[in-house]
Amino acid sequence: MKLLIKITVFVAFILSLVITAQAAEIKIGIAEALTGPVAKYGVPIKNGFTLAAEEINATGGIKGNKIILIVEDEQAKKEEAINVFKKFIFQDKVLAIFGPTLSNSAFASDPFANAQKTVVFGTSNTAEGITAIGPYVFRNSVAEADILPIVTKVATKKLGLKKVAIIYGNDDSMTKSSYEIFLRAINAEKLEVVDTETFAKGDLDFSAQLTKIKSLNPDAVFCAALVEEASNVILQARKLGLSDKVKFIGGNGFNSAKLIEIAGKAAEGSISGSPWFLDDPSKKNQAFVKSYTKKYGMAPDQFAAQSYDALYIMAEGIKAIKLSGNLEKDRTALRDALAKVKNFKGVGGTFSFNESRDAEQKGRVLSIKNGKFAIFAE
Amino acid sequence: MFLQQFVNALALGSVYALFALGFTLIFGVLEVITLAHGAVFMIGAFAGLTVVTKFNVSPITAILVGMMVSGMLGWLIDLVAVRPLRKRKFHHLAPMIATIGCATIIINVAQGIFGAEVYRFPFDFMPAMSYNFWAIQLTLLQIIIVGVALSLMMMIIFLLNRTKWGKAVRAVAESPRTAALLGIPVERVFQITAFAASALGGAAGVLTGINFNAIHAFMGGPIMHRGIAVIILGGMGDIRGAVLGGLILGFAEIMSVAYLSSDFRDAISFGLLFVILLIRPAGIFGSNLERKG
Repeated sequence: MKLLIKITVFVAFILSLVITAQAAEIKIGIAEALTGPVAKYGVPIKNGFTLAAEEINATGGIKGNKIILIVEDEQAKKEEAINVFKKFIFQDKVLAIFGPTLSNSAFASDPFANAQKTVVFGTSNTAEGITAIGPYVFRNSVAEADILPIVTKVATKKLGLKKVAIIYGNDDSMTKSSYEIFLRAINAEKLEVVDTETFAKGDLDFSAQLTKIKSLNPDAVFCAALVEEASNVILQARKLGLSDKVKFIGGNGFNSAKLIEIAGKAAEGSISGSPWFLDDPSKKNQAFVKSYTKKYGMAPDQFAAQSYDALYIMAEGIKAIKLSGNLEKDRTALRDALAKVKNFKGVGGTFSFNESRDAEQKGRVLSIKNGKFAIFAE
Repeated sequence: MFLQQFVNALALGSVYALFALGFTLIFGVLEVITLAHGAVFMIGAFAGLTVVTKFNVSPITAILVGMMVSGMLGWLIDLVAVRPLRKRKFHHLAPMIATIGCATIIINVAQGIFGAEVYRFPFDFMPAMSYNFWAIQLTLLQIIIVGVALSLMMMIIFLLNRTKWGKAVRAVAESPRTAALLGIPVERVFQITAFAASALGGAAGVLTGINFNAIHAFMGGPIMHRGIAVIILGGMGDIRGAVLGGLILGFAEIMSVAYLSSDFRDAISFGLLFVILLIRPAGIFGSNLERKG
């Protein structure tokens, strides 16, 4: 009897050794805003990660190692982001961190991860200077500053624009910065701005501004607005009789599927830019959209696409290193490997990191045709 | 362009006026500033939206349903929150606080049912017709909004001034006790007033929903602030004041955006309120001594 117990214990011991040796876990921390108003970005981001991790694990993981995502809510608050980062680095002992959702929080928490020599990878931080925090900070989010000038240039050429009007939300840091980027691009194209109108977040009635714009006969209207306001601006402009020939050209609010949902036919012909778009016919994207929609009951947005790609990019980095079990060494090795990721083919097209660990990805100019996003012009 | 902006202002102002009319009616008669009026407005919009999406009814039916549902809700608020306080002779503040509680509950229930999403009426709901007169373009929507708002306002004013019910309401507004002594069923007048006033709020909700395509649980907030400003501007409890005040606010908002910038919109609107109150501290039609229904 005693011998039997001894044998059992011995076998169990050997088995446990074999199991741990075969399937190490790669722990990755996900710090996103999952509650509060910013959750509308944070939740799709988390969904994108979860879907990618499941796919990677279902196909044998990374060299047989499973990815374990540890998800924490950073509530879009700076202090909370730092707390979550501390927990990830010291308590959970993660290999790398994704997040946080907002650039604001990233400026607070990323220096900490950088000091602890842990890779932090932002998928939704578009502010300038994020990766300048330090060599451990990466991102794959494409800034509007890279896309809007291309959109402006292509639209000007293809539509033969000469005089344009601008309408933008002047009480939101994001729409205000898109306005400034647009204005620079408009000046670079030597377009005449016949009118600049503003509105505030939550406004419903844009009739006064749009009546004025209409009376000045611009060739196109540049609009920097979040999607709800953008949709209403377009709808009301068409109701007030602004001709279909006068196209709306917009920033981030315009490349959301919600614009089509809210503004319907009025959204037709609106021009925007994004590396990823829902109706991109590439096989990879179609497969992503299909499985995302099946899993979450709604179509993915740009944020989900970026986080989905980000995990695969991270996997590329992890694939290139040999996990030693020494966490500090592995974290540094991962940083070096990640910085070398080039020509990764994701749902948002071909992706590389540039020298400053920012995204090098081609923005595509889109327009809405028959209720879908399509390439407007190259 | 001025004429076109005039039309825009008229459409916006008449919805404000309609909202404020219900607001001021409750104040004039029940002596309660009902801070649930914004929530009642929102429920009206959702009720109109629901019958349109489920049964594909016409705009006018949607407005009528919105009015019925909001009216019932207003009656219920009066029954549950205001009446018990009235019975115990609490005045002004306590019922006002009670209506804040009602608003919170209603908004949360709406959010529970509909979520925090923004809804809109279907696209084909309102034909995108427009008519040109001289230099101005009137859309069917603007005509309906102004038409419905003005006819509801005229109807209420007619009812108040020309019918027996109106007489009773005015008597109660003057002095509930005297009215009771004269044999007027004061409690019933209170209830009917709460219903009618809330129905006006519901109509304003459906019109706003159709006009701006943004129906959500929190849509009552901004218009509440404006409603309060309007009834102060017009004179608390004064019907003519609410109508005129609403139109003035609509014009101030549209014209400041049209000729200055949206940055100045609220500054101009509320600055105007400030100036008018400096000249007439009780509002345009108000007087400190008497209450009017």
